[in-house]
Amino acid sequence: MSNTNHTKRVVVAMSGGVDSSVSAALLVEQGYEVIGMMMKLWAEETVDSSCNTHNRCCTPEQLDDARRIADKLGIPFYVLDTKDVFRAYIVEYFLDMHRKALTPNPCIECNRHIRFTWLYENARAIDADYLATGHYARITQDPDGTYQLRKGLNEAKDQSYVLSVLTQEHLAHTMFPIGNYPKPQVREIAARFGLPTASKADSQDLCFLGDGDYRRFLREYAPEALTPGAIVLQDGTQVGEHTGLANYTMGQRKGLNVYGSTPLFVLDSDPTRNVLIVGPREQLGSDDLTAHRVTWTGGSAPDGAIRAHVKIRYKATPSAATVTPLEDGRVHIRFDAPLRDITPGQGAVIYDGDRVMGVGIIERELARGKQSSGLGIASPA
Amino acid sequence: MPPRRTVYLDHSASTPCDPRVVEAMMPYFSEIYGNSSSSHSFGRKAEIAIDDARETIARILNCKPNEVIFTSGGSESDNLAVRGVGWLGRAQGKGAHLITTPVEHSAVSAPIKQMTGIQGFKSTVLPVSSEAWVDPQNLAAALRDDTALVSVIYANNEVGTIAPIPELAEQAHARGTLFHTDAVQAAGQLTLDVEALGVDMMSLSAHKFYGPKGVGALYVREGIDILAAQAGGSHERGRRAGTHNTTFIVGMAKALEIAYAERETRVAHYTAMRDMLIDGILSRVPDAMLTGHREHRLPSHASFIISGVDSSKLMMHLDMRGVAASGGSACKTGNPEPSGVLLAMGFSPEDALGSLRLTVGLHTTQEDIDYAVTAVQESVEKLRTLAKMFSA
Repeated sequence: MSNTNHTKRVVVAMSGGVDSSVSAALLVEQGYEVIGMMMKLWAEETVDSSCNTHNRCCTPEQLDDARRIADKLGIPFYVLDTKDVFRAYIVEYFLDMHRKALTPNPCIECNRHIRFTWLYENARAIDADYLATGHYARITQDPDGTYQLRKGLNEAKDQSYVLSVLTQEHLAHTMFPIGNYPKPQVREIAARFGLPTASKADSQDLCFLGDGDYRRFLREYAPEALTPGAIVLQDGTQVGEHTGLANYTMGQRKGLNVYGSTPLFVLDSDPTRNVLIVGPREQLGSDDLTAHRVTWTGGSAPDGAIRAHVKIRYKATPSAATVTPLEDGRVHIRFDAPLRDITPGQGAVIYDGDRVMGVGIIERELARGKQSSGLGIASPA
Repeated sequence: MPPRRTVYLDHSASTPCDPRVVEAMMPYFSEIYGNSSSSHSFGRKAEIAIDDARETIARILNCKPNEVIFTSGGSESDNLAVRGVGWLGRAQGKGAHLITTPVEHSAVSAPIKQMTGIQGFKSTVLPVSSEAWVDPQNLAAALRDDTALVSVIYANNEVGTIAPIPELAEQAHARGTLFHTDAVQAAGQLTLDVEALGVDMMSLSAHKFYGPKGVGALYVREGIDILAAQAGGSHERGRRAGTHNTTFIVGMAKALEIAYAERETRVAHYTAMRDMLIDGILSRVPDAMLTGHREHRLPSHASFIISGVDSSKLMMHLDMRGVAASGGSACKTGNPEPSGVLLAMGFSPEDALGSLRLTVGLHTTQEDIDYAVTAVQESVEKLRTLAKMFSA
């Protein structure tokens, strides 16, 4: 293909917010043929004072905002009904993970299944060359043609963690137009294009919850994930009762209502027995983990153990570690220093500086029999 | 790459204003601007223009000018008919039972739903066939002594089926019941002769026959009392309050006059284009099915169910190719609901979400039809491939 922008078609995932609006505006300015799409995701319905029902996400106001911005930019705009597929892949996944006492990151799964699979395929079906989103991340290309996902220039806004599931095929057809800008500058660009810059809260909540309270959501949609059970020490001694494994997080101390002479912390949970395992501070933390469902974002798996930095949750600081691919496709990560909140179900994202090397979903320690046996680590070449 | 061609095949949604209509309207914006209710010369000029428009329309409807009420469009006309007769009839103790069909435009079904929901009215919804056909025998069986009004759509907006209005009206009259029809889609293509049709009330909307949006009419047979649904001044003999929209009323009359002067050639053109469209879709798109009646069908109207295809996505694909169509469950909010009309005709909710309506117009050409059929064929292919990817 020629390298002129004029014939390239780009679908921009629009939300009505400033980041995706500026992304669309920049692409229009760069001469692409831009098409706006907005996904109507499944969310709990809330009822307003006029008895109209709304989803908290993708509200009529957000739809109107996005439609207006698209009109201002002179681009077509479409709303896609994404409810069924979102519910099947994301909401059900969220519930299933909690039923297994795992703590999922639905944003990672949404990028994996919805944005960069379902929406991506819908964009490809209208002959789009690229899918663009308003994420803070960057894509570069190596001399050998390999695509690299990198952190956004503004590290405080960096969203590469939740984008780490993108494959080479996706990276080849994805654009993050604002990845090179800090957010204040994005607002300036919005002003330059005459786009609304009203600050919409960067929500940390899950978009499909009616009220942001995930425990209430679980009570309604997966009550079995909140079955009370025993709180035990590692030797099996019962020290209290829990209200449902989904109510606790790794390393949690407060609110356990356990009896003991020393402070006790949540070490793990065992959903097969429905017990919460606690222990004193000395037992807290771990210096390694295994992860499955691994994506090697930057191409292929390394040949053997490598040094890297690993983020174990969206807002975590990357920690120095040795990363070893396992023969079965999983990955083992040993940190230089123990971490106290390695949480099964979250993503472990492997960085080489600002470059995302890969990602895996953290497994439960019990599942790999950490206390009893070896790890089956492939011997470094 | 912009689409190679733009093809507008959504004339049942709206039509462009005829330049002759625009020209006729022009003086009434800034030159003849008086309020038709005023007694001075400015007002009289407006009143005369409205009187002329009323006479023009009455001639085409084969009725008296004072039987034509000007409204803001089809929805208001429908509301006025249903509420105007229903409310007054009940107040006068004539009964509070209404009969309608499951394939009415929502401008008829929604007010009836309100009246039965909170105002104590009763209603009977007649069955329809899989072709949206209303059988007069079913009406005969449903009529009661306390039936105040029967309302049946003349030509259905979603599937184009033309109802046997004279036979239905005859059944209603045999039991002394009034008969209303929503002729919004029929106007410009089918006869509007109220004597031949035998109707007591009939709704029209100008923008469906190359007139302006925001103006319509309700025919009400002389001697029938209705209560003003919109109360206020004594305009339209106290049956519809509100300053006359002189400009648009003039435009509507002009558009209707042209439509019926040219009806024969227009209908022949619509029919030829429509049949080409139906043949093209049915022969080139696998698993496409015509909805509505094959013969008793609006000349401009082609509608289909394309099974396994999400019509809101099909609309997007067609729009990307420059083809303006309608998905039946017209929805810009991402919450498509299956059409009640298609459900009443016996289609499954899944099928109903795959509806496609293509309606031809004066300027539709054979090349347009070829282009549109190819666009539908290729879009459907892509969407079916896509659907397979996520069907697991």
